[in-house]
Amino acid sequence: MAQMNMVRALNKALDETMAADERVCVIGEDVGVDGGVFRVTKGLLDTYGENRVFDTPLAECGIVGTAVGMAIYGLRPVVEIQFSGFMMQAFDQIEQNMARFRRRSRGRFPVSMVLRTPYGGGIRAVEHHSESREAYWAHTPGLKVVIPSGPRNAYSLLHASINDPDPVIFYEPKAVYRAFREEVPDVPDPIEIGTAQVVREGADITLVAYGAMMRPTLEAVEDLTEMHGVDPEVIDLLSISPMDTDTLVTSVSKTGRCVIVHEGPRTCGIAAEIIARLNENAFEHLLAPIKRVTGYDIHFPFFQVEKHFLPDADIIVDAVKETLAYE
Amino acid sequence: MTTAPKQPITDVASPDTPVRKNLIDLGDIESLQILDTDGVADEAFVPRLDDEALLRVHRAMVLTRTLDIRMLNMQRQGEMGTFAPGIGQEATQIGQVHPLRSRDWFVPSYRSFGAQLWRGWTIEGLMLLWDGFFEGFEVPAGVNDLPFSIVIGSQVPVATGVAMGIRQRREKHVVVTNFGDGAISQGAVNEAFNFAAVYKSPIVFVVENNGYAISMPAEKQAATKELARRGPGFGIPAIRVDGNDVLAMIVATTEAVDRARAGEGPTLIEAVTYRMGLHTTADDPKVYRSDDEVDTWKPRDPITRFEKYLIGKGLLDENRIQRTGEECEQEVLNARERFRERAVANPREVFEYIYDSLPPALQQQKREYLARLDRKGVR
Repeated sequence: MAQMNMVRALNKALDETMAADERVCVIGEDVGVDGGVFRVTKGLLDTYGENRVFDTPLAECGIVGTAVGMAIYGLRPVVEIQFSGFMMQAFDQIEQNMARFRRRSRGRFPVSMVLRTPYGGGIRAVEHHSESREAYWAHTPGLKVVIPSGPRNAYSLLHASINDPDPVIFYEPKAVYRAFREEVPDVPDPIEIGTAQVVREGADITLVAYGAMMRPTLEAVEDLTEMHGVDPEVIDLLSISPMDTDTLVTSVSKTGRCVIVHEGPRTCGIAAEIIARLNENAFEHLLAPIKRVTGYDIHFPFFQVEKHFLPDADIIVDAVKETLAYE
Repeated sequence: MTTAPKQPITDVASPDTPVRKNLIDLGDIESLQILDTDGVADEAFVPRLDDEALLRVHRAMVLTRTLDIRMLNMQRQGEMGTFAPGIGQEATQIGQVHPLRSRDWFVPSYRSFGAQLWRGWTIEGLMLLWDGFFEGFEVPAGVNDLPFSIVIGSQVPVATGVAMGIRQRREKHVVVTNFGDGAISQGAVNEAFNFAAVYKSPIVFVVENNGYAISMPAEKQAATKELARRGPGFGIPAIRVDGNDVLAMIVATTEAVDRARAGEGPTLIEAVTYRMGLHTTADDPKVYRSDDEVDTWKPRDPITRFEKYLIGKGLLDENRIQRTGEECEQEVLNARERFRERAVANPREVFEYIYDSLPPALQQQKREYLARLDRKGVR
């Protein structure tokens, strides 16, 4: 056990998986000498050398496409795309090859690889550096989409993702990278990809969030419990695809009310999918319409006004109060 | 304190020489032709192949064309899906995989009948996949080939990645990948060139310049006449080969494969050929090119040219050519029988191979789907 932030926790997971399995390679722009622009891959080049840590040319489509080929050859590439906004350059390779090769080759060439990328707002960045477009990848058959919310689950989930037989999109909430420290165990917790975590049990309402939105959600919970006498249950989704329908349904069947928080655009967002699943599986338990607290369907604003765009504790508290008031 | 740039820009010329040179000076691109259109060989460059090997190459080209023509007939009679014939490109096809060993890798575009057959894909397998049966995508056991992706050029970064993996593991295998003149415009292809060169990967890029990307002539696709010129800009040696000359294709590919195996990195081969037929069976080339133009390529036909050469060597005569044609026809017809026996759709397998194990929500969707089939009595 040691206290560390998410950057250190991710670095620890990379270091351990590379030490344990020589097939694991780190690939991306500035991941070697520079240690990554957020320093997640710091020190790996010194430890494992150029044959395991690839500082690549500046070409996202080339990075993902060649990593797929390396995975087909039997390596376990862990790609870093510097910002998730740059993934659009690689969209074709993700869709055509990363997500499809297991199927296209009838199981002969599975693609066991991880694509790590920092996503989300809140770091006062330029355009294309604040997006939260996880819904694209959840919409793509063949991919898994994992989004940790803190150092401890980031550490364990990255281990699980690298060891997963399928391609994993691993979205790292960059606003959380250095936001706080947590006890991180010496060996990963046995978190299975596709399993959500109930981080607080409660009776009145279910709050669902993931990634960077766990922080304002938990802030709201503090306010709700202390100031408003509300007893919320809180679910950290951890995995967008596959999604843990059972945990969601069990919780909402108990509470009857639900608010979902994400920073990505609302339309066809993850909340919409959750609502559909609850509608299919918990309809008779619902006591109120399910509310969404999300980013708006607009381009991520320039950073001087981003705090008004991103969901915060206040707006989550308002949504919870409205949902509880519904009769 | 600032660090000095590694190479100050003023170093491009010393002060006493003029800085300006030719604005564009890309040097010469080597080109290779061994057989002329009369089938006369430049003996200095003929590859060392024994008689049996030469006849095997001939038969492979004839088989490829026979399959193309048979499948066109099948398609016109409603027994085959839309597919991409490669008539006229048989020499390019067979030549590019000729030097490969079974443990080497071949990453094809979709217009690759000849090369796929040479590598061990079955005729009935190709018929199955083009007629919409997923079973046709089964990579034959012992063959290190990737099934093709339909999106133009999207296979080239993946092929490069396989080669990077080979190099990373310090193994001695080689990758050959092919794509057309249209693909040369794709960013993915150009990114792959760069990665292959930077990581000195053991790969041979074969751009089959068959004159057209559907309706778009190659001269409008790229402002340089020789697509091979793309190579040197990436630091990749390149050669322009008469793609209708199977001996030249074999020699160029063998040299490139040897270079790759020796750890000397990638090569770009431009195979100059001509798509004698349709882009796909859904295409009407009369819209964008004249019969006269097509006629100018008939004397350059790769099969008749090679036959002239083999006749000159005393390995073939008219009887033997006819017999080879009949044998290939019979082989294709036999395969068609096997295809017909296997051409039974299996709608129950569409949830296979999506993930290593199916997530719960997908298991639920699979149950719904199978119930739907059951209700309709579909087996």
